[in-house]
Amino acid sequence: MAKKEMRRPIESGCPDGFQYMHPVMVKNFSQWKWHDHPRPGVLRHVAESGDAIWTVRAGTQRILDVFTLRTLCDIGDEFADGHVRFTIRSNIEYMVDGEEKVNPLIGALENAGFVVGGTGNSVAMIAHTQGWLHCDIPGTDASGIVKSMMDELIDEFKNCNMPNRVHITTSCCQINCGGQGDIAINVQHTKPPKINHDLVANVCERPSVVARCPVAAIRPAQVNGKPTLEVDEKKCICCGACYPPCPPMQINDPEHTKLAIWVGGNHSNARSKPSFQKLVASGIPNNPPRWPEATAIVKKILNTYKDDARDWERINDWIDRIGWSRFFELTGLAFTKYHIDHWRGSRKSLNSSTHIRF
Amino acid sequence: MADREPHPTPMLNELETGPWPSFVSGIKRLRDDHRQDRVNGVANDLLGQLEHSYETRKGYWKGGTVSVYGYGGGIIPRFSEVGQQFPDSKEFHTLRVQPPAGNHYSTDILRQLADSWEKWGSGLVTFHGQTGNIMFIGATTDNTQHFFDEINDYGFDLGGAGPCVRTAQSCVGASRCEQSCANEHKIHRTLVNNFTDDVHRPALPYKFKFKISGCPNDCMNAIERADMAVIGTWRDDIKVDQDEWKSYVETKGRQHTIDNIITRCPTSSLSLKDDDSLEIDNRNCVRCMHCINVVPKALSPGSDTGVTVLMGGKRTLKIGDLMGTVVVPFMKVDSEEDYERLVEIAENTIDYWAENGLEHERCGEMIERIGLINFLEGIGIDVDPNMVAEPRESSYVRMDGWDEEAIRWFERKGEQKRVEPNAVA
Ligand code: HEM
Ligand code: SF4
Ligand code: SF4
Ligand code: SF4
Ligand code: SF4
Repeated sequence: MAKKEMRRPIESGCPDGFQYMHPVMVKNFSQWKWHDHPRPGVLRHVAESGDAIWTVRAGTQRILDVFTLRTLCDIGDEFADGHVRFTIRSNIEYMVDGEEKVNPLIGALENAGFVVGGTGNSVAMIAHTQGWLHCDIPGTDASGIVKSMMDELIDEFKNCNMPNRVHITTSCCQINCGGQGDIAINVQHTKPPKINHDLVANVCERPSVVARCPVAAIRPAQVNGKPTLEVDEKKCICCGACYPPCPPMQINDPEHTKLAIWVGGNHSNARSKPSFQKLVASGIPNNPPRWPEATAIVKKILNTYKDDARDWERINDWIDRIGWSRFFELTGLAFTKYHIDHWRGSRKSLNSSTHIRF
Repeated sequence: MADREPHPTPMLNELETGPWPSFVSGIKRLRDDHRQDRVNGVANDLLGQLEHSYETRKGYWKGGTVSVYGYGGGIIPRFSEVGQQFPDSKEFHTLRVQPPAGNHYSTDILRQLADSWEKWGSGLVTFHGQTGNIMFIGATTDNTQHFFDEINDYGFDLGGAGPCVRTAQSCVGASRCEQSCANEHKIHRTLVNNFTDDVHRPALPYKFKFKISGCPNDCMNAIERADMAVIGTWRDDIKVDQDEWKSYVETKGRQHTIDNIITRCPTSSLSLKDDDSLEIDNRNCVRCMHCINVVPKALSPGSDTGVTVLMGGKRTLKIGDLMGTVVVPFMKVDSEEDYERLVEIAENTIDYWAENGLEHERCGEMIERIGLINFLEGIGIDVDPNMVAEPRESSYVRMDGWDEEAIRWFERKGEQKRVEPNAVA
């Protein structure tokens, strides 16, 4: 195609949100006074002007087909005021300007199969990534794990029975697009990559693959007279970082790619400073289509937290109070040598005191 | 649907059971009920390939190079490795499209996007990916251009993919949240739209993300995920409505109030007086939000609002997870000059990192490698005790510039004292 026929892009960047925002929100922008939480899934915000807006939050399958998207729009037109937004965890929110609109809206959403909840001290929608559906490096499928787990956690989504909110995330490789969570279910590879030597020379820029390895385990090599790469398997930490730039470094394995569970990641500055998640369980089978082993551990952790934590303690706050020894005791999870960090900066994770709970 | 056999999907069918909405059922609707044969075929082969992944526990997409005319990024190319078995979905690229700031939509604009997308793509879309984009999942190389042309005409633009400035994220903030201490919406658009060239033409060492949260609750996970996190805060006193506070104490009781609020303040700045009123040591409050979160009717952030800027947050690859750390403890973001200053800080940072970052090195990794001091000098920002949790513990450093540095500190302090009263007025 000749270049001059092509349309030049309009580099408009991020669109202005005000054009789509609910008029009550436009009118009271930065003039909100307080909010409350009349029932799970519903928030009421009141402005200095006396105006109020009700938000109804609902969980969806996140991977939306256009039919589902239009159903969500139909509900928005018939039962709400035609304005919606999405939360960072991919829930949809409808805003309405009158309390009388709330119950019919909830009814319409539930009739259509959506799940109203995810506010306050609930188990929020699991943040998820792309997985086998459309990523090029996944060890598992994010959407399938999330669907199976939400089936089991749906009552905790619909109610607010947790000590504080719980954010769960999943990631289908160790890059960890899902990010930090109170509980994170992430892929953990357990064997070094199997190298397809025939392809390396054609597909990979060898120096940049060598540079990508966090532990310098990769070096250039010759196999059958062809330039390729080799991995020092004693050094390799099976992180999979070499795989995106060089797909012949096959890290994903039907048997040896496992799941690991981490807890205590908390982005908020409330009470304690933000914290990263810590390893609690690994070696969990990557078991499609419903991953029951991973879900069982998540439920065990959630139930223990629900029983033992005090109001307003996030999972990290709770463990700070009771200590890790008690955490492993109460959850019945194994504590192994793999829990002791030896990555850079890890010395500060050791106990250099006599502070020990008995 | 045309005379096409649906691929059997026994494993995926298991994901149609249970009460949570099923993405598998959604894809099947596209396969069975959509009026376009093209869409039916894509959905069928996508399900076929996904079932194959479930059976073999492996992914079958590979990357490549696809972009739209005039841009270098914004598309995540996906070519199937098993395209012969599943030809209709063998090109299945994702378009990353920047959402309106705050993720606000009218149903009209969502319908318009749905119409365009089913015309050119698979009909599958996510609001939003973790980076913050609308993810239009599944278009062929040719249709990628057509779809982009169509939505670009009505105001949507691609986000970043590759080593470039990425799509930004901001919280709902001032549009609905009383905790907001900043105009997240404007900060978001001002920052990212200043860098459209760096969004669309990847030429940086690696990705660079802006995330904006209106208060320290940091609903956008900015500290943990953004190269530059801008977080609303305040420096005067927490506003207290003592009547509302007392009525809370009366309803919930003193013990509840002490156990859940007073003793949970990380700096012991709260005190419940004998008459049940609340006393706050605002000089020692670290703006953690806890007391405000518990009693939003009685407590709210102060009026002298601004932002804290932290830099260097990222996830695991390659040196381990890093949080952003404080680079600007406080700045006002009200006047146009304030916004210009914020943009200038971002520009200085990106320029310095573009110059000094190694290939595939995030800004935070560079700071880790060269030290915060070199970075601050590079972007022209003075040191401040709020940048550290505590001063150095190791004596292994050469300190023969001490006197000059101490003089600079006292000069800055003196200057601030002179300027401060005017600035506040
Ligand atoms: C081939 C390589 C990669 C592809 C195709 C890719 C794609 C993506 C996609 C699609 C998302 C959004 C996921 C979703 O919500 O569905 C994402 C997010 C993310 N990616 Fe990647 N990614 C790649 C490599 C990396 C690498 C190498 C890193 C880390 C060094 C990384 C770190 C992240 C993080 C931290 C997020 C979450 C973003 C956020 O919280 O803002 N990705 N990536
Ligand atoms: S976590 Fe890994 S596999 Fe999953 S979407 Fe992100 S980059 Fe892809
Ligand atoms: S898997 Fe990780 S540690 Fe092993 S060779 Fe690849 S990059 Fe290096
Ligand atoms: S970050 Fe703060 S201002 Fe923004 S939505 Fe969350 S609580 Fe509200
Ligand atoms: S905001 Fe946090 S630090 Fe400040 S007084 Fe309230 S609880 Fe204490």
